[in-house]
Formats: sequence, C-alpha cells, structure tokens
Amino acid sequence: MSVRHALLALLSEEPKYGLKLRQEFEAQTGEVWPLNVGQVYTTLQRLERDGLIESDDAGEDERQKTFRITSGGEAELANWLRTPPDLSLPPRDELVIKILVALHLPGVNVHDVIQLHRRYVVELMQQWTRLKEEEADSDLGFALAVDAELFRLDSVVRWLDTADGRLKRASAEPPTETSSPRPRLRRRVGINR
Amino acid sequence: MSFLELRNVSKAYGTGSAEVHALANIDLSVDRGALVAVMGPSGSGKSTLLTIAGTLEEPTDGEVTIGGSAVGTMSRNEKARLRRRTIGYVFQDFNLLPGLTAAENVSLPLELDGMRTRRAHAAGMAALEELGIGDRATHYPDELSGGERQRVAIARAVVGERHLLLADEPSGALDSANGEAVMRTILAACHRGVAAVVVTHDAQLASWADRVVFLRDGHVVDQTMPPQSTESLLTPGQSQ
Ligand SMILES: Nc1ncnc2c1ncn2[C@@H]1O[C@H](COP(=O)(O)OP(=O)(O)OP(=O)(O)O)[C@@H](O)[C@H]1O
Ligand SMILES: [Mg+2]
Repeated sequence: MSVRHALLALLSEEPKYGLKLRQEFEAQTGEVWPLNVGQVYTTLQRLERDGLIESDDAGEDERQKTFRITSGGEAELANWLRTPPDLSLPPRDELVIKILVALHLPGVNVHDVIQLHRRYVVELMQQWTRLKEEEADSDLGFALAVDAELFRLDSVVRWLDTADGRLKRASAEPPTETSSPRPRLRRRVGINR
Repeated sequence: MSFLELRNVSKAYGTGSAEVHALANIDLSVDRGALVAVMGPSGSGKSTLLTIAGTLEEPTDGEVTIGGSAVGTMSRNEKARLRRRTIGYVFQDFNLLPGLTAAENVSLPLELDGMRTRRAHAAGMAALEELGIGDRATHYPDELSGGERQRVAIARAVVGERHLLLADEPSGALDSANGEAVMRTILAACHRGVAAVVVTHDAQLASWADRVVFLRDGHVVDQTMPPQSTESLLTPGQSQ
C-alpha cells in the first residue's frame, strides 16, 4: 500500500492538516491499514522535499501546518493510478520456500506441513469473513478491502491444495528422468536446486 | 448432545479388491445454530459424509443420531418423515424436478408435509426473493442458468421449519457475489436455529463457517480452532 500516493489523493480534494489526513486515510481504507501519526508526518516531509506538496509556513509545529498538493503532485498521482503494479516477478513467498524445504527434509511429512498452513490461512479467512459479516454492509471501502484480503488468502489455500495433489500424484508415480527446467527460469521462481 | 452426531462412522463401497474405504472412523457433532464446513480434495469422502448424515445411505460401521434419535434403529417411515420435515438437502447436481417451476420446486416439500398451497407458495417465494431470483419463480429448471438452478435448490432446502441443512458444493456454478448471498442465506437459517453442514472446496465459502473440518482419504485430519477475536487483524504491524 502506497501511503505516499494515498495522502496525495486525499490532498487533491483540498488542503488539509496532517491529523485530518490520517483520519481520512483510515476511514477510507475501512481501518484495515492503521497508520500512526509519525508515519503521516514523515511521509508528508518527503512529499514536500520532492516538491509534490507544499505547506503554509505556520511555524515549526507540524500540527499547525496545512498541506496542499502541487501541480507536480497532481501529475505524479495521475501517473501512479495508471501504472500497473509489478506483478510479473513472482515474490519470494515465504510459504512457498517452507514447503520446498519441507519436501527435502527427512522425517518431515510435507502433507502435514501443508495442512498446518492451510488451517492457519483458513482461520485467518474466518476472522476476515466475520468482520465482513458484522460491518461491511455499512462501509463500502471496508468491504472492498476485506474482499481483496480474502481473495489473496484464498489463492494461498488454492496453491496449497494444488501442491498437496501434485505431491500425492508424484509419490504415486515416481518421476521419470526428464530434462529439468532451464536454470535461469528455476532461479526466477526461487528454486535453487 | 448435539443435533447431528456421527460417532465412529465408516463407509466402505464394494468388496474384496474393489473395496473403497470412503470414510473411516468419523466423529462429527453439529449443534443447532452452528455452521460447519467440510473441506477436502476430490474423492476424500465429503459427499459420502453428507449422504450418511442425511440418512440417504447407511454407514458400514458407527452410529448417526439426529435430534437425539439413532437413525440406525428408525423404521423406513420414520426416516422418510425425518427427511421430509427435518432435513434440507442441496445436492451436488441440484436434483430439481423438471416438470415443476422454480416456485413449485421450492414449495413442494412444504405441501408434501401438509401445508396449504397458498401458504407454501408464499414461503417459497420469500426464499427465492432472498436469493435474488424472485423474478424467475415461474421458470422451469431447463429455462434457468446453472447458478439460478443452484439458488432454487438452496431456497428449497432452507424453506419451512427444517432443523438440519446439508449442502454439497452449494456455490459450484455461482460467481463470488452470489456465492456470498448463498452463505448469508445459510447463515441466516443457522441464526434461526438450524444446524448446517456445507461441503465445499472453496475456502472463501468455508470461511463463513464457525468450524472448518478437513477431510483426507476418508479421515478427518484437522479442524479449525473456535473463532478468535478479530482484534489481531487490526493491530498495527500484524498486517502483511
Ligand atoms: N456408490 C459408490 N460406489 C463405489 N464407490 C463410491 C461410491 N460413491 C463414492 N465412492 C467412492 O468413495 C470415495 C469418496 O467419494 P465422495 O463422493 O464422497 O467424494 P467427494 O469428497 O465428495 O469428492 P468430490 O469433491 O469429487 O465431489 C471416492 O473414492 C469414490 O470413488
Ligand atoms: Mg462430492
């Protein structure tokens, strides 16, 4: 989540105080991403340094300052909204690495490890769903953010299910020797051997 | 004692070398008001568990009790009445009657149980409306989309005064918004005191349940812990 750009977006409505920005940020993201005051002011300082916002000079106390977006800030915001996030490189997912390690450790049942993580993720999903059930009707931003979280966790469960099935089939019919994928590709998806 | 109880239930199909152990030593209790989800890979025994819990098949071993009565000692008539009155089913392939409209499919079980046609129809319509397909009430099953048929099947299962709801992949053909509507409908039934078991491989649906039970090769291998406080989700530094 880019706090920088979220603050720019809030300032593109009208000039605001730092505390108001924090309040609005949390309200708009359904309080899914809490933000501390320090974070807000550090980010504002950097934005000002980069010429994307400016403040009226109300002395040293940051709390008294009103911040406004500059034309450079407007351009940066418009550009950011339309730039796709980098989804092309697979993240070095800690869970993937754990399962790959479990696969090669003697005395470890990889299916048990998979189930342990599956249960943990489903429990997390239960908590999010409970929040959605209780509060989402009244808050659209919150519902959208929770949906995104649920889809992300859901994809983890699906990967675990697929891994479980693939490993079960592989142990039923041991692999015949085939050429392994090209080293560079293997590195790219995070497999070292 | 819970409303639905399976004690040490096993089920084998076939004999000799063709024998398949679909379920092994299953213990499962579902209270009234509780929603339990069963997850597991294809062939792990989910549908078998539901048909046995719904008295449609007999276990090879073990005991099923519903509302305190042991199913194994019931007469055919008693079981038939239990299925008609107490249990609502949503089957994996919906099982709608082709000669009846959506509304008639939903109200039929109520009428079979002696309710006046007009009242049964009103109850059926209300259930269809809740699932967003009131405007399809006069359509026949072959005039409905897969997702609409599915919702008719759910309406039929929750209508009336059922105490036990058994649903097999109730959202198979539905997009996620309608899947959510289905789970909200099932949850509303639970809040009225229904005990529900939902079989699914969709973790988002399962996450509506109070408890998720994981099946593997006919065994219960794991289940989620009772719901924790949601506070931890909102603590700074915890979110990924
Ligand atoms: N009538 C039957 N005769 C023989 N074997 C059966 C019968 N019904 C189910 N089985 C077997 O029992 C096992 C469990 O089947 P079941 O239908 O309960 O699986 P499931 O978990 O519901 O799978 P899916 O997710 O594919 O619906 C499978 O191996 C299946 O082939
Ligand atoms: Mg099945």
